[in-house]
Amino acid sequence: MLTERLNTRNYSLFEKLKSVDYFLILIIILIGAISVFAIYSTEKGEFSFYTKNHLIRLLVFFGMFLVLSFVRITFWYKNAYFFYAVCVSLLFITLFFGLMASGSRRWLDLYFLNLQPSEIMKIAIIVCFARYYHRIQTAEIQNYKFILVPLILLLIPCYLVLQQPDLGTSILIAGTGVIIIWLAGLNIKYFVYSALLLIVSLPFAVSLLKPYQKSRILTFFNPDRDPLGAGYQIIQSKIAIGSGGFFGKGFLKGTQSYLEFLPEKHTDFIFTLFSEEFGFIGSIMLLLLYILLIYRIISIGFYSKSFFSKLFCFGFASAIFLYIFVNISMVLGLLPIVGAPLPIMSYGGSSMLSIMLGLSIVMSCKIYSQDQISNY
Amino acid sequence: MQNRASSIEKSRLITRRVFMLAAAKLLLIGGITSRLYSLQISDREKYELLSDKNRIREWKTPPQRGFIVDHFNNILADNDRVFQVHLDLDQIKNFNEVIFKLKNILELSNNELKKIYREKERLKPWDTLVASDNLNWTQFSKLNLYLHELEGVKPVVSSSRFYPYKDSLVHVVGYVGAASQKDIERKDVIKENLVPGLKVGKSGIEYAKETQLIGRYGIKRYEVNSSGKRISQIDYIKETQGEKIKLTIDLEVQQLAQELLKGKAGSISAMDIYTGEIIAMASSPTYDPNKFTHGIGHKDWGEIRDDPLKPLVNKSIAGLYSPGSTFKPLVALAALEFGTIDPERPILCKGHKHPYELYGVKYHCWKKKGHGYMRLRNAIKQSCDIYFYEMARLLGVDRLAIIAKRYGLGSNILKDLYFDEKKGVVPNTFWKKNAIGKSWYLGETVINGIGQGYIQTTPLQLCLMTAQIANGGYKIKPHIIQDESINYESARLKIAKQFVNETADFSNDEKFLIDRDYKLYERLYRNPENIKFIKDAMFGSTNEQYGTSYKSRYDDIKYQFAGKTGTSQVKRITEEERKLDLDQSQIEYKNRDHALFIAFAPYKNPRYSISVLVEHGGSGSSGAAPLASKLIKKIIDRHSLREQIKKGSTSLA
Repeated sequence: MLTERLNTRNYSLFEKLKSVDYFLILIIILIGAISVFAIYSTEKGEFSFYTKNHLIRLLVFFGMFLVLSFVRITFWYKNAYFFYAVCVSLLFITLFFGLMASGSRRWLDLYFLNLQPSEIMKIAIIVCFARYYHRIQTAEIQNYKFILVPLILLLIPCYLVLQQPDLGTSILIAGTGVIIIWLAGLNIKYFVYSALLLIVSLPFAVSLLKPYQKSRILTFFNPDRDPLGAGYQIIQSKIAIGSGGFFGKGFLKGTQSYLEFLPEKHTDFIFTLFSEEFGFIGSIMLLLLYILLIYRIISIGFYSKSFFSKLFCFGFASAIFLYIFVNISMVLGLLPIVGAPLPIMSYGGSSMLSIMLGLSIVMSCKIYSQDQISNY
Repeated sequence: MQNRASSIEKSRLITRRVFMLAAAKLLLIGGITSRLYSLQISDREKYELLSDKNRIREWKTPPQRGFIVDHFNNILADNDRVFQVHLDLDQIKNFNEVIFKLKNILELSNNELKKIYREKERLKPWDTLVASDNLNWTQFSKLNLYLHELEGVKPVVSSSRFYPYKDSLVHVVGYVGAASQKDIERKDVIKENLVPGLKVGKSGIEYAKETQLIGRYGIKRYEVNSSGKRISQIDYIKETQGEKIKLTIDLEVQQLAQELLKGKAGSISAMDIYTGEIIAMASSPTYDPNKFTHGIGHKDWGEIRDDPLKPLVNKSIAGLYSPGSTFKPLVALAALEFGTIDPERPILCKGHKHPYELYGVKYHCWKKKGHGYMRLRNAIKQSCDIYFYEMARLLGVDRLAIIAKRYGLGSNILKDLYFDEKKGVVPNTFWKKNAIGKSWYLGETVINGIGQGYIQTTPLQLCLMTAQIANGGYKIKPHIIQDESINYESARLKIAKQFVNETADFSNDEKFLIDRDYKLYERLYRNPENIKFIKDAMFGSTNEQYGTSYKSRYDDIKYQFAGKTGTSQVKRITEEERKLDLDQSQIEYKNRDHALFIAFAPYKNPRYSISVLVEHGGSGSSGAAPLASKLIKKIIDRHSLREQIKKGSTSLA
């Protein structure tokens, strides 16, 4: 314990409760409530399967969030690599024993839950990188040795997820990792170089994609290429959002979703449904809630003493932003459809679990903000 | 301390980068917001329209066909409710399976199955196939019971044409059948109204008056889901019925005419001699138009098509016959008008032993023993051929043709309604040169004088000819669709008007001896005495002893009519046959003479003309005149009823 001296102290329960970020909890509850109504609407105003499941998950994972919030932040610091290793192993196991659904192997059957390890990986990569960069000094960051290690740490899960195949999650994990590397302070030139490299290698990368992935990207550039096939989702989503207008069609009155023109309306296209029913005003309100959520997480980062906590909060906030941005841009037809859920809103246990887990670590950062984690 | 400094630097760096990132995030949020703005506010209308297009689907409902009624408002072509099965091909996943189930439920025959598969080949994958367009109630209710198992199968209550009087009017009214590609191309109104299973006119009035009859389709708007399933009805614009077409036909007269012809091949036509209204136009044999509505069966069609008596031909207007002796009044009229015969000049008919001879060719009278000395009136009355040979020779074919054409022979009468109408032939020297390329022989003029040879007329033309003689020699326009503006009084008035500024001298009016067009109700004669002479001779033919139709006469002045028989030869009679002198019943059916009769009634103040033709019916006096006699009685009995309706009394409707 010479290299890692943890400056910790004991907190009284009152202190802990006092430092809980109630504003953050309020935002989570608000978004959660909206999500229940949105899922309820996808079932045409019937309280049945999806709504029930969503509500149960929301309550269970919200409870989990509250409990895990009191786990000391040092726990996450200490177990960061272990957490990462567990997730990578789960991804491995998924590749061989995962449940097959619509052509990809993404889920592990845990009896009470079909776990999607790639979703948990989204959090694990942030924890892992936060831990990794916590120790490294600014001057050393530019060192090739310290560039290579995080790159490898990032590429392993990305590759595994891509093998499932799940392009969307893979991209989100990669994006999250790159953002954290950027936050950690890697020189801007590397980003410029790799961006150039990416553009140059794009045609080769495209040739490696699965046919359905290629078709999705091609249809993104021209949805009318195949209006009843691959372009259908984008076209219908745009129609739904556009026809919502300023005030929306009203709760439970979204014809596009009600009459089943909208695909995957309770998962990736939940924003479309919401936007159709609540219009421009509602969409902006929801966006504002998300902005508040992100803002709150960033401020907790600023508030935290340890670099680990800061990096985690900033990283997680950026990750959430990335998920939201990719999802909404996708349903607005600004990005190709790649399969990225909208945090909290979308139906899906693993996604919910992952977000709540991340939030609980953020809350832990807040509660134990005074914990110093020494560099050595 | 180095650690501390490094740590502070690290914190600064991350803070800087967080802000940079936040700025980038705000920029991206701005991008999303502007996209939302453009979709939901700028382009809102466009997407609303697209959304409506998504969720609202329209179905056309079949138009209601207009009724066809007779003069007394009896509905001749009605609409009946029918039950149908429609298959939406785009919603059927497994066609064979659905058809198999349908077959079991509806107990379809193999032929019907074949028809469905044939139809499917013809249709586009998103079309609607009418699997059966006339289910009975049991089938229909059974189908509704199993409907949940049959995706894409639609039970439909529709309306279809129904002809309550079956085969009595098929040649007049026509029939309907499924719209073919040709029909769709023929008329825009059919294309516009095209719905699965649409029936359109195929012949007669149904065909000719399609635009008026078809009506206008309705629209049912439904909200549908993405798989096209109807969720709720939003809107229903009801279909409209086509116009009612009122005919001049009198159903009872028509039915009697049709009945008189039962078992025979032939035609009966009757018209009002002043208004030109056709009150009956029967053709025999006939067939039931209801069979065509839902697609005629192979066997039924074969029977109709292959019948040697040709039921499909409307013999009144599309059957061409030599008029025979019914042409004689016109030949006599022409000779009188041109002054080529003195009606008091006697000509001797000596029978078969001494026939009429011209350039070595012999021409016989029909009467073996001969008529003896004949003057014109008697020659018409007793239909002496010898007299007419001589009269035609003196008149010449070209002059005869002028008068024949003027009285309605050789031209179309109802061509605008009946595309199958035939014009017939009124021969002259010019015609023969053109059509056959040979010069005219005088011998041909001679046989033309008794209505044989090249001359070809339709029964309706003969009816019109009779009408225009009977009404005193005035041009009328025959029609079969009611025209309220034409009635007896106005016709008489128009006839009278042309004489207001005329002198009574008719002797030298050359204007009436040339071939030209005549206006409606314009006088067709040069001298009215000539018309009177012909009418009087026809009176003699029916009402005086030795007249050819004396047996069919009425003594009651109310029914008394004047007529002219005709017996038209189908083939040339050889010398041997003449010697054998066979009775008509001993001759093979197809070689028997056609029986004809023309008449107008009542003789005093005539109102109607009639023409009867019975194919291979033997002599006109025995084969045709009795039928005419019966029909004339019916027509005259119904005359006052007809007038009442005409004058606006609808109590009989």
